[in-house]
Amino acid sequence: MTGQIDPPLDSPLVAASRFRLTAGMALPVLLVAALALIPVYAAVTSDTFAITLFTRVLILAIGAVSLNLIMGYGGMVSFGHAAYLGIGGYAVGVLAKEGIGSGFVQWPLAIAASALFALGVGALSLRTRGVYFIMITLAFAQMIYYVAIGLDRYGGDDGLTIYKRSTFGSLIDLNNKTLFYYLCFGLLLASIYFIARLTNSRFGLAIRGARSNDRRMRAIGFPTFRYRLVCFVIAGALCGLAGVLLANHTNFVSPALMHWTRSGDLIVMVVLGGLGSLFGPLIGAVTFLLLEEGLSRVTQYPDLILGPLLLLVAIYVNGGIEGLIEGRRLG
Amino acid sequence: MANALLHVEGLTRRFGGVIAADSVTLEISAGEVHAVIGPNGAGKSTLVGLLAGEVASQEGTIRYDGGDITRLPVYRRSRLGLARSFQISSLFPDFTALDNVALAVQAHQGHSFHFWRDARREYELRKPAQAALEHAGLADRAGVRVHRLSHGEQRQLEIAMALATQPRLLLLDEPMAGMGPEESAQMVAMLRRLKGSMTILLIEHDMEAVFALADRISVLVYGRVIACGRPEDVRADPAVRKAYLGEKESERHGRPNA
Repeated sequence: MTGQIDPPLDSPLVAASRFRLTAGMALPVLLVAALALIPVYAAVTSDTFAITLFTRVLILAIGAVSLNLIMGYGGMVSFGHAAYLGIGGYAVGVLAKEGIGSGFVQWPLAIAASALFALGVGALSLRTRGVYFIMITLAFAQMIYYVAIGLDRYGGDDGLTIYKRSTFGSLIDLNNKTLFYYLCFGLLLASIYFIARLTNSRFGLAIRGARSNDRRMRAIGFPTFRYRLVCFVIAGALCGLAGVLLANHTNFVSPALMHWTRSGDLIVMVVLGGLGSLFGPLIGAVTFLLLEEGLSRVTQYPDLILGPLLLLVAIYVNGGIEGLIEGRRLG
Repeated sequence: MANALLHVEGLTRRFGGVIAADSVTLEISAGEVHAVIGPNGAGKSTLVGLLAGEVASQEGTIRYDGGDITRLPVYRRSRLGLARSFQISSLFPDFTALDNVALAVQAHQGHSFHFWRDARREYELRKPAQAALEHAGLADRAGVRVHRLSHGEQRQLEIAMALATQPRLLLLDEPMAGMGPEESAQMVAMLRRLKGSMTILLIEHDMEAVFALADRISVLVYGRVIACGRPEDVRADPAVRKAYLGEKESERHGRPNA
């Protein structure tokens, strides 16, 4: 997003497609290829932990993709995005406990609940800007966090074990780790493609325009509030899906899922990968979670290293890791 | 006046103890170029803000094309054909010049809840946007990102965006701000071409431009309209000379770019 003259246009009326292969695409392509091969690697080395770890990476990457939509493209810094992980997860857990195990019921309800919560949060928080917006989104997330703690029937503070993963008849068996991995992989790629389309559509340009200059957007005739609100709801729904997957992955949900530090983790992933870049959230999620995993093996305080690292990225690399690779966003 | 496009009556806005608009009454006829002049701090930009809907008035009414728009939000006024330009260029710096204008076109083609199709490949957006850029003399800069454009080019784009919304009433807030003599002359030529095809409210410090373009002039001092009339009458008005024009002449020596 910095100052370059656009590549030559095929026609003066039509801007160059975002999808051309460039050097900057090398990292995402390699990363996606490597992720596609994780189950193969796991089968060869019989290292099932790799699948478990990377399934988690893929799921949280979906959460980061969703946060990047509002934060990177929309300029809405939500500090309560983990709430949607929790709502999606709890919807699955609660329904499972009440005997409704079908994914055809659980998943749409979970996503709808996340979208509805986003609608409420957005309708209030989007009337404010900057630090007030951040604080309101945080406040709502904390509220739902304490609601979850208060749900005695569903485990309260201790969380809720999910004894059975969502069932989809004979369509797909989520208990098969490899299948579940590829489901998450497919959903992640689908959500990235969805964001690519969305952010270049009329709606997407309206959102990005509102991030860039909301005052001018209104002056040329856009009711920006409603576009931002719809964007916020879409992001909430997508993150709700990540919550659904996470609950199925760990067979467990607890209030900790929604703790504000989890919202912070998602922000870190997005910033680390590069705000408003298509594959940034994936790169950020992989980097963050692998570093966290690796560092926790050598030290009890991985944050001591992660913290300064993030600081360096935030200060020196304007555009995150993807920007660094593309070599054109160095601050 | 029967053919008044804009009718402002008793419009008042205070900021704390300062009265930025003091019972402003103004009538703009369809098709005219109406200049509003006045010393710094007279409330000219506030007036544009009030008319565009960014600043809420505390008293008074704004009637546009027969309807009361006093309480309408900014975007609704834009859809009625009321466009403004900004004194300090207000653009989308990450976007190309063409993208900027295309957004303005998009705003006036119904809602933007289209989530899938690549808007940069939509002929019905790019074509009118390209035409607007050509009109503003920026055709060969279409693919350049805004923050790479020169100051003068940004000023032209500022106007091109307002024009791309196909306004009936164009509010221009100091379109020549910060321009050199050559660029100013180009802008005057461009505005002259627009004259007649739409109604223009022009706020400008450059007196040469004002007297070259305006059909009528209103003089704003401390939020009040102290005179309104044809340029030659306003120029001759002793109150105006005292309050504004004379002061302006002496001020000019101290200010490089006014």
